[in-house]
Amino acid sequence: MALHKSEYQGLLGWVDARMPTLMAEYKKHLSEYYAPKNFNIWYVFGGLAITALAIQIVTGIFLVMHYKPDARFAFESVEYIMRDVPGGWFIRYMHSTGASALFICVYLHMFRALLYGSYRKPRELIWLFGCLIFLCLMAEAFFGYLLPWGQMSYWGAQVIVNLFGAIPLIGPDLAIWIRGDYVIGDATLNRFFSFHVIAIPLLLLGLVVAHIIALHDVGSNNPDGVEIKDTLGADGKPLDGIAFHPYYTVHDIFWLSVFLIVFFAIVFFAPEMGGYFLEYNNFIPADPLQGPTHIAPVWYFTPYYSILRATTDVFMYALAAFTMAYAVLLVFTFRATPARVASFAIGLALVLFMIVPGLKLDPKVWGVVLMGASVLIFFGLPWLDCAPVKSMRFRPAAHLALLLAFVIVFLVLGAFGTMPPEDSRNVMCQVLTLLYLGFFLLMPWWSRIGTFKPVPARITFRPH
Amino acid sequence: MMKTKLLAVALLALAAVFAGGARAEAAITMDIFPEARLHEPPALQNGARLFANYCLNCHSANLMRWNRLRDIGLDDRQISDFLIFGNQKVGDTMSIALRPGDAKAWLGKTPPDLSVIARARTSTEYRGTDYLYTLLRGFYRDLGTPTGWNNSAYPTIAMPHVFWQRQGPREATFTRIVHHENEKTHTAQVVREVTVIDADGNAKVTESSVFGDPPESVEVSFKPADPKRAAQFDSDVADLVAFLTFMSEPTAAGRVRMGVWVLLFLTLLAGFTWWLNRAYWKDVK
Repeated sequence: MALHKSEYQGLLGWVDARMPTLMAEYKKHLSEYYAPKNFNIWYVFGGLAITALAIQIVTGIFLVMHYKPDARFAFESVEYIMRDVPGGWFIRYMHSTGASALFICVYLHMFRALLYGSYRKPRELIWLFGCLIFLCLMAEAFFGYLLPWGQMSYWGAQVIVNLFGAIPLIGPDLAIWIRGDYVIGDATLNRFFSFHVIAIPLLLLGLVVAHIIALHDVGSNNPDGVEIKDTLGADGKPLDGIAFHPYYTVHDIFWLSVFLIVFFAIVFFAPEMGGYFLEYNNFIPADPLQGPTHIAPVWYFTPYYSILRATTDVFMYALAAFTMAYAVLLVFTFRATPARVASFAIGLALVLFMIVPGLKLDPKVWGVVLMGASVLIFFGLPWLDCAPVKSMRFRPAAHLALLLAFVIVFLVLGAFGTMPPEDSRNVMCQVLTLLYLGFFLLMPWWSRIGTFKPVPARITFRPH
Repeated sequence: MMKTKLLAVALLALAAVFAGGARAEAAITMDIFPEARLHEPPALQNGARLFANYCLNCHSANLMRWNRLRDIGLDDRQISDFLIFGNQKVGDTMSIALRPGDAKAWLGKTPPDLSVIARARTSTEYRGTDYLYTLLRGFYRDLGTPTGWNNSAYPTIAMPHVFWQRQGPREATFTRIVHHENEKTHTAQVVREVTVIDADGNAKVTESSVFGDPPESVEVSFKPADPKRAAQFDSDVADLVAFLTFMSEPTAAGRVRMGVWVLLFLTLLAGFTWWLNRAYWKDVK
């Protein structure tokens, strides 16, 4: 079979003749991937998240060389890494700080999508892959957190696994199946280690590749929400686009060095970050007989932990009223009779299981449902957002205000989730939980309201 | 059945967590540990000596190797001649002969390993160093406990006052603001309760009424019989806490030293990449 005729010379030509895919992909994804010229700082966090993921994988490889996934030795082996392995403390602090850094980047990356409508058509699939990545990250962080086998590792895992025990009928057996034991034990540690080191990272990498391929097929969104592919030059390339390499590579390298300054400032000078990145209780070896007085997950889970804790007996009435009101709203919105009947019936059924004696489920079950729903609801964004334009730049000021209000709700829930529970705070968490859900569930209505500015045909770009 | 029970236990634990904060007695304020000791080799060495003489043997430091004491300026001969009492080698960890099971039977509670205690005892309210500094200086005589000792920072502590000779006899005074709830009228009566406990453990309580509605609180003060000896002891405890802090992360000092160079390099890198970025984008119209 004849060789592919290469345009390159020397070694590259030799390789290209035998494996043309290599240079074709290099062009497709880097040197001839046209990204909009008007990216702002919000567009650096995707790349930074990949960097943080790379840090996690590389440091993880070295940690596994010395860590022992055994309930008797796990805690000691982590301290062995910190003390006796040359440079071990550095690798371990990079890994513990990297987990938080990754979540910070991902949360900011998601905020960017909300700000500029990056999940809107034709980018729904990118968004769905992104949400799956977010779910995998949560699982990865949860499994990894058990491994140091400290008090918070142990009791955090205990609380979360027990949540599965709240599921009606199958719950208790399911919880045992997950733990592999009646309590969190060596079997649990070993399987969490396996998930953390092999299963989830594989999934995560596959999803990241899918996320990027889907992105490069349709092209990047930008702060104006203008499709640059609609305006092509004579050469068939977008007039408002610019080659990713070298222009965005140098741009991202600069922001990467800024990120590394912050990252290593934490690694070297404040690795515990005041107890937020490394919890103090986790310096006490796991004690299955005595739990810590205050169990709180690491900061990136606390908004959802707050929602879980907010779901109390009394709250079920508020939740039932909220559900019924939403069902009635749907009944008045839909035109087709089957849709009307279905929304009313589903609403009524949910309410029955919330408050009617004899039928109602444990509020804890609903807490789990609400916590899950508040994560999964992100998947629905492309269809919940019905605004005629993508970017906040051309949407009414009220929309930006609502988005910022949602961010504040999220942050306050997060802050409350780190604190010990207290009555007045819990009431606030309940209100905030309804606001959190309301932001998404009412989006089909509020996203249409207001005066939208006309979207220009071309992006706004100010030369540097 | 087992599962339901476990679930119930977990729920109870959660409930206890939920109810916790409100019912606990008002805690004393922690004294501030003199941070400067962390950077003084003589203080750290004195701390190591006190640790080997007074703590090690009931407490272990299983994660700490003897030869890490080189980091505070001791050489192998000094370590093996003056600090290791048994037949351990300098490459061994600071383990002890006392078995955890025996310790529990004899002392009521297994004394915790102290390798990372300074980090473990930090909380959102106070730093671990301040807690240890207050705890080790907070013992007072109490005839009601099995050891005859109690502690202001850790009420009903199982540990006796191992340093009592170094600190000397002291009189403790607790000043509490207490809300006595009247169960019939559901009104709270606020009183100031002053408890003076002399060096032999005899307590004398005097109550007086308080104006206004101050929150529940507790303050403690000590009157040593020999102030000079007690002051020297305070200094020794500061050295010991400095050592415990060093032991909880022996690499900390090196970490900070290395960090300065790393950040310096990264700042230069950021400057260079900023210039590079600008050079590329200059011509983009």
